[in-house]
Amino acid sequence: MSASTIAGFVGAGLVGLGLYALIVNTEPLKKLLAFNVIGNGVFLVFGIVARRGAVGAFPFDPVPQAMVITGIVVAFAASAFAVALMLRLAEESGSVSFDPEGGMGVDQGDEDA
Amino acid sequence: MTAADATTQGGALLVFAILLPAAGILASLALGGRAAERVALGSAPIALVIALAVLVEVWRAGRPVVYVIAGLSPPLGIALRADGISTVFLLTSALIVPAAGLFARAGFATPPGAEDSRKAFAFWIMLQAISAALAIIFVSGDLFNLYVALELLTFAAVPLACVEGRAETFAAALRYLLFALFGSIFYLLGAALLYGAFGTLDIALLAERMRPLPAVTAAAALMTAGLLAKTALFPLHLWLPPAHANAPAPASAVLSGLVVKGSFFLTVRLWFYVLPALPAFGFDALLGALGSGAVVFGSVLALRQPRLKLLIAYSTIAQIGYLFLIFPLGSGLHAWTSDGWNGGLMQVLAHAFAKAAMFLAAGLLYESLGHDRIAKFSGAARVMPLTFLTLGLGGLSLMGLPPSGGFAAKWLLLRASVASGQWLWAIVVLLGGLLAAGYVYRILAPALSSDPVALKAPPRRAGEAIALTLALVAVALGFAPDSFFQLLNIGRPPLATAGLP
Repeated sequence: MSASTIAGFVGAGLVGLGLYALIVNTEPLKKLLAFNVIGNGVFLVFGIVARRGAVGAFPFDPVPQAMVITGIVVAFAASAFAVALMLRLAEESGSVSFDPEGGMGVDQGDEDA
Repeated sequence: MTAADATTQGGALLVFAILLPAAGILASLALGGRAAERVALGSAPIALVIALAVLVEVWRAGRPVVYVIAGLSPPLGIALRADGISTVFLLTSALIVPAAGLFARAGFATPPGAEDSRKAFAFWIMLQAISAALAIIFVSGDLFNLYVALELLTFAAVPLACVEGRAETFAAALRYLLFALFGSIFYLLGAALLYGAFGTLDIALLAERMRPLPAVTAAAALMTAGLLAKTALFPLHLWLPPAHANAPAPASAVLSGLVVKGSFFLTVRLWFYVLPALPAFGFDALLGALGSGAVVFGSVLALRQPRLKLLIAYSTIAQIGYLFLIFPLGSGLHAWTSDGWNGGLMQVLAHAFAKAAMFLAAGLLYESLGHDRIAKFSGAARVMPLTFLTLGLGGLSLMGLPPSGGFAAKWLLLRASVASGQWLWAIVVLLGGLLAAGYVYRILAPALSSDPVALKAPPRRAGEAIALTLALVAVALGFAPDSFFQLLNIGRPPLATAGLP
């Protein structure tokens, strides 16, 4: 088994693990971590794609590498943004959950207006 | 170099369509809150002129307008391509975003002498960011470039959903962001697989090189699933109602009218432009079935909502469902596919205008009554006739009654489903219209009673005029001439055979 194949399996495994964590965890922070695990799996897949696309003097295809760098920047910005949202949410409601104040988040028509 | 990747006449217009809002964002950041509003509203007429110029250029040439960035043609470079649907969507965005902006002046203006507020600053910048991201989505010809645009759209839309800064809006925004992030990471994984298989992500080149490989099936499934999460197609719609219903009215109008259409547009690009040569997997029927589920589920839940904004948000889920009938009805080389194609796209436009109008009207109601509880609307139509006229006209289009854009869309979809013998979709279209009539009736019926009603504030005439204008555009779409549909078909791949053997 070549190094590329192993790396490919690792990438696929990370995506699978992340997806599992996304489904079983209810906490926003854990879901965000799951997103990062999937993201790393995807970046690894891009790495393999770059390796396989080697032509001529280049040991790697540079285009997927450029894409990975962009992808990492975007994923980093997204994670920072999500954490900022969680901090603001904690400030406003005292906890970080999708359902602040026990279901009051989505107004179900209680006579509170 | 083929004809598809050389800059054509008017190609530079596409660059300006993207650069104008991008420059606006930078200028707003540099100049601060008060100027951000002026920049956002001041650049809107220019954006409209650019969108019209692109439309004229595409119509005159009868083929897509192309711009090759830095003269570096694909696969190494990136090409911008505007075809018929790009131009129509660019124009729609150039009309709805400024309408929401003008409406928002009441809530997000910085009065003379007042301190710049962070809320206003964020709102005006994010509004321009939505224009910029949508412009890239509508004209980009590269799947990775489109990934970045999708993320930009998310990063612009999520702050708009929580610009009010209440706990429930943060929770809704967080849920929205996480759905969107998972959506885009699966899209990116699919893009990686496509690049690995074909060595390019340029849409035109991919379509030429497309062969049925296992990697392509996996990529198509991953990218579609990701895009569906961003489009809020049933059953991935959970994030939409709290995010859209808790946002301020002008933000809801843009989120519901335009932002969800961005990822739908990309789904259409993927299936009709990149993958038409893919053999049958039943994907088109699956998308149609999910869309049908959305129509029924969204409409039934809309019937049960106590608050107007939630009702309108659930109605968005139902109306998004119709869009996905374009996949079973608009693909293939049949006499009926152009009806399905035209109907699906007309539904995008009709819903964009009707829903933006209705969210703005809901905002006006909230301002004047102090609540948006449908049960307490008694008599409100007598004191706010224009607002309820807007809701009624928007509802007309949602129901699909003539004359309206919604009628044209549903009529075309019905014709396609009957002509193709796919009766199931016809039943869904008719049932959806009936259910929509039910929830629109729920809004209007109590309001038309003659009970006395106390207004907290008189309705804003300017706001009413903006909302009514949008609703009238949704109605006017019902009179779209044949040439409009010809425009929608410019640059459409001849062999749009998603799912055919």
